[in-house]
Amino acid sequence: MPERQLITGNEAAAEGAIAGGCRYFFGYPITPQNKIPEYMSEHLPRIGGVYVQAESEVAAINMLYGAAATGAWAMTTSSSPGISLMQEGLSYMIGAELPCVLVDMVRGGPGLGNIAPAQSDYWLATRGAGHGDGRCLTFAPASVQELYDLTGEAFPIAQKYRNPVMILADAVLASMREPCTLRERLDPPQEKPPWAVGGARKGRQRNIINSLWTAPPVMEEVNLRVAQRYEQARQNELRWTEHGADDPEILVCAYGISARICQTAIEHAAEAGVACRLIRPISLFPFPVQVIADWAQRVNKVLVVELSLGQFIEDVRLAVEGACPVEFLGHTGGVLVTPEEVAARIIEIA
Amino acid sequence: MRQEVFMAGMGGQGVLLAGQLLAQAALEAGLELSWFPLYSPEVRGGRATCTLVIADGEVGSPVVGQPGSVILMDGIAVDNHLHRVRPGGLAVINSSLTGGEVSRNDIDIVVIPATNAAMELGSERATNMVLLGAYVRASGVVEAQAVEEALYRVLPERHYDYIPTNVAALQRGAQLAEGQLV
Repeated sequence: MPERQLITGNEAAAEGAIAGGCRYFFGYPITPQNKIPEYMSEHLPRIGGVYVQAESEVAAINMLYGAAATGAWAMTTSSSPGISLMQEGLSYMIGAELPCVLVDMVRGGPGLGNIAPAQSDYWLATRGAGHGDGRCLTFAPASVQELYDLTGEAFPIAQKYRNPVMILADAVLASMREPCTLRERLDPPQEKPPWAVGGARKGRQRNIINSLWTAPPVMEEVNLRVAQRYEQARQNELRWTEHGADDPEILVCAYGISARICQTAIEHAAEAGVACRLIRPISLFPFPVQVIADWAQRVNKVLVVELSLGQFIEDVRLAVEGACPVEFLGHTGGVLVTPEEVAARIIEIA
Repeated sequence: MRQEVFMAGMGGQGVLLAGQLLAQAALEAGLELSWFPLYSPEVRGGRATCTLVIADGEVGSPVVGQPGSVILMDGIAVDNHLHRVRPGGLAVINSSLTGGEVSRNDIDIVVIPATNAAMELGSERATNMVLLGAYVRASGVVEAQAVEEALYRVLPERHYDYIPTNVAALQRGAQLAEGQLV
């Protein structure tokens, strides 16, 4: 049996990426994710990979654009203010139909904020990716093991949909240690994708990587192609977990670290006689609409818990479609919710 | 089984290391666990805390509002966190830096002069180990031996010289706790 190791979320994201086939890393330091570039700078060169500490986040995302254009399996990681700086580059990558993987270890904001845990980049991650009609495919792990697994899986997903994939975590997940089972490192495929640039050999038409399409009908065609891939992702990439009662009064919706907190909270609530079911979306875009819609028909109320002032709740409300009242509990600016606080709120609204 | 221990002290006291050792011992015992540190960005004089949840099944929340037990390494930690311990819980307190007066009678309390004991062993920096030894003895969450062995997994090899002092400090803490257990 492979050994369980006690590692931080940052180490899990870094090793998970390498195990998933990442061989190129471009980044710029920011707390609370500095352990990722540190790990990459040590491990990537040893296996023939490339680590570059860029002069800024803007440079890092554009290096990623260049590497991705050649078919390289590449990534960057940052935390909230750094991810803001990368928005332009992300938009260009979506326009150019380029795959890459990003990890956002979210910290308190807006502005420079602080280094404490938050989930206030939900809109940035699921709606953002700069201007235009594109989005990142976004996945939110809730444990060190899942951070390891998802970061690795993100690479083939990015290639499949030719789109950036965002792993949305937070300062708790970044710094906490949990047992993690590591698997063997996979190599990225030898053969480059047919769209990659890198010198057109005889007989092959040259490839062009570009996001400038001056003729509106051509731009529309690109956008429709990208949208069609999002539709495919809706068919294939929806992920969530469910915990708790089969006949609940309250449906609790939370993602990432908040969902872990809610998992203990619904146990407290059950002891107080309130039956709850917890749905934890793992894929945030695409969003698991149907499962929430179905449960919303069967409960008295929905409680949304998040470490922001009401971002994730918008997706839950869209899924619930008025079937029952949707209540909210959140903290912001780096303040955590506790299981006790969530349990008290569940009991209050029941 | 689900046990929570919250540890707090000033930056440099080894709050995080004490938590990591206990986490490693729990891992070796085949348990599930989550170790979550929270500290301020100051280089000196900041506050350091960590929360360790150990369970024989799913850990659930790594964040705990009212922990079942605490290790409080200085007076500020006592002021900020003693009131949070769940009734019936356990607090291990460093009386060398707190004066030793404790205002709760609904929890088990082990008050030991950990910094003084560590200095007697030749290193003030082993304060965290004295407190951890006391906690392991009082809580029984893992075997004392497992914590001693965890030193070899958690410390980098260049610090192995310090292990005998750390082991002595762990054992001294256990002895001091012994005298206070009912």
